[in-house]
Amino acid sequence: MKKLMTGDEAIARGAFEAGVTYASAYPGTPSTEILENLATYNEIYAEWAPNEKVAMESAIGASVAGERSMVSMKHVGMNVAADPMFTWAYMGVNGGNVIITADEPGMFSSQNEQDNRNYAKAAKIAMMEPSDSQECIDMVKAAYELGEEYDTPFIIRMTTRVCHSKSIVELKDRAEIQPKEWKKNPGKYVCLPAIARNLRVKLQERMEKLAAYSETSPFNRVEMGDTKVGIIASGICYYYAKEVFGDNASYLKLGFTNPLPANLIKDFCYKVDKVYVLEENDPYIEEFVKQQGCECIGKELFPAYGEMTPDVIRACVTGTANKTMEFDKTKLIGRAPTFCAGCPHRGLFYRLGKRKDIMISGDIGCYTLAAGKPYNAMDSTVCMGASISLGHGAQKAFKAQGLNRRVVTVLGDSTFFHTGINSLINTVYNKSNTVNIILDNRITGMTGHQNNPGTGYTAKEEETTLIKIEDLVKAIGVKHVYVIDPNNLKEVDDTLDKCLALDEPSVIITRWPCVLKKFSQEDRDEFDNLFATKNKVDADKCIGCRLCLKAGCPAMSYDAAAKKVTINRAQCVGCDVCTQVCPKDAIVKED
Amino acid sequence: MTKSILLVGVGGQGTILASKILTNGLMEAGYDVKMSEIHGMSQRGGSVSSQVRYGEKVMSPVIEKGKADIVVSFEKMEALRALDYLKEDGTLVVNNEEIPSMSVITGEETYPDDVLEEIEKHVKAKVVDATRLAGELGNVKAANIILLGTIIKAMGLEHINWDEILKANIKPQFLELNKKALKIGIEAVE
Repeated sequence: MKKLMTGDEAIARGAFEAGVTYASAYPGTPSTEILENLATYNEIYAEWAPNEKVAMESAIGASVAGERSMVSMKHVGMNVAADPMFTWAYMGVNGGNVIITADEPGMFSSQNEQDNRNYAKAAKIAMMEPSDSQECIDMVKAAYELGEEYDTPFIIRMTTRVCHSKSIVELKDRAEIQPKEWKKNPGKYVCLPAIARNLRVKLQERMEKLAAYSETSPFNRVEMGDTKVGIIASGICYYYAKEVFGDNASYLKLGFTNPLPANLIKDFCYKVDKVYVLEENDPYIEEFVKQQGCECIGKELFPAYGEMTPDVIRACVTGTANKTMEFDKTKLIGRAPTFCAGCPHRGLFYRLGKRKDIMISGDIGCYTLAAGKPYNAMDSTVCMGASISLGHGAQKAFKAQGLNRRVVTVLGDSTFFHTGINSLINTVYNKSNTVNIILDNRITGMTGHQNNPGTGYTAKEEETTLIKIEDLVKAIGVKHVYVIDPNNLKEVDDTLDKCLALDEPSVIITRWPCVLKKFSQEDRDEFDNLFATKNKVDADKCIGCRLCLKAGCPAMSYDAAAKKVTINRAQCVGCDVCTQVCPKDAIVKED
Repeated sequence: MTKSILLVGVGGQGTILASKILTNGLMEAGYDVKMSEIHGMSQRGGSVSSQVRYGEKVMSPVIEKGKADIVVSFEKMEALRALDYLKEDGTLVVNNEEIPSMSVITGEETYPDDVLEEIEKHVKAKVVDATRLAGELGNVKAANIILLGTIIKAMGLEHINWDEILKANIKPQFLELNKKALKIGIEAVE
């Protein structure tokens, strides 16, 4: 049966067809949909882990116990998972194990751009790079077969355009795979120095065997055409190159990219007059080609960052950009993403941004949008969980400088569970007095509403123990813990005043659900009148001062002719932030 | 020859569903199809786009600048923004809808009142009142299906059994409304 699938859906399908029984992940664009799709198969046990390290370790455990397992993450997630991954490479698998990394050339929804093929090389883990959805399925299935044969985990390196592009795939049946038997084997699974030294030798031998395999892998193939230009490409760049050069070039399409096939590359280079290496981000293949003594053109002509789409390739090769319509670009208005109408982050950041002489240490989530106008309420964002620890360091530094400047840290509920907990332990242990705000919107918001340890539900929507953030932070040793409604601006102000005056660490939990969330019964029980009302402007009272618009609600707009503010009824959910901002009490509930 | 269709709009306008129905129809008709979307932060009221390519054998899922056969914009300003992508002799369909961005709401920028005039200087646009027409049908959200109808007409894809494709992708209670919406869209462009 044929079906259109995204690369993410196809990875999950490949896992299903390969007989995978265990999967774990932490959400992160563009990888999130992999686990979401894995969770839809009854035959696969799929779970959200609090972070990528935990997900990796759990998948390792399932493999050691004899099952085929998968772990998926966005590129920066691999930084978190790297610790177990590097030693896992030494151990080798029992049941097959595939690690998916979803890289983001162009940074559509990420804080950096990193080429995780370098991880495969550094950790000495076999790697494949699919170019479309069918290859996602084929490579996942091959990775389990080869991984069990060569005793290695596999990395499959995706990029945004492979993850989020749809192409046609052929669906096959699921393979019936018997679990491998688990036997005590400390020589393989206990990485003590004496054992690890042996495993390191075996790892070297394994990579040599895999290098020989890479020469004949069906995923590395030559397509001879015109020999004036030869193109070496992997991943989506193969299709970008085909789009630009068509039959006017020869191709070496590399799908099995760690170890790379030295002889295949050398043979190809001899057959063509000029070689272009087309790959997004780092010169991973290019450097290898050059090491083999072959001449090639790579990053001296093509960009080392961003996406290498066909128009980019064309412009690099021909020196001229595609002809496009010239128009008056001054007519364009910006359209940056923004907090939704009813977003529980609005009230908090509207007030927090008005505080003087504070540094706001932020984190990764929808709330990072508070860095922009009209809130201007974020001064740093690095990585998941960094808000609390970065803020701790900054607060200590300000204190050492003799300044009264205070540090407020801000992160979401899921981000707190991810790596914020360790940071908060550090803050308490090392006697800081930062104000730490946990934005508890009852869901993992930005990646599209995944359950987390605080929601009370699993990846498969089964009920589970709900971990209460206030209990957790009290157990860590925080004495000043406040749970507040972020839509109540007075409560926000009063709580901030109290916490900023303290000489001990404090935690403020702003609890109100994400407006886009599918509400659980617990949500309906806990929160009164959940987005059930609508507000309107009393035109007689509105003086057109536009102060309310500074709260940045997309449901509001200014009618220049009438000199009044209006509220879009279809968008308003009655959060009442604007009501409290209005100095004339002109915003009221609909009857 | 591979054809390229670019759908642009503002997060929440239904470009994703429209492109899903479109690509499924194209696949059923026997074409090779690829589609690319950017998810993530752009969902929160930002500009969104879906790129659809079909033909005998499609290579890149991404449309190059200056190479789209048709650009269908669900919002006026987004049509102007996407003009870079349209071929010289390509078709532009614009939904006559104006959605202010946050910079407009907070008063930093003004939404210009001559967006369509600026577009018309460069290309003859087919302006469709899809949001109004959908409202008259009973649900403004069906504007995306009206705009899908304009693509079907402009690209000569009427031979595909769209009613069946709609049935497979739309909840039964909204099916009749969307069938009507599709017909309105097909008839809205010559």
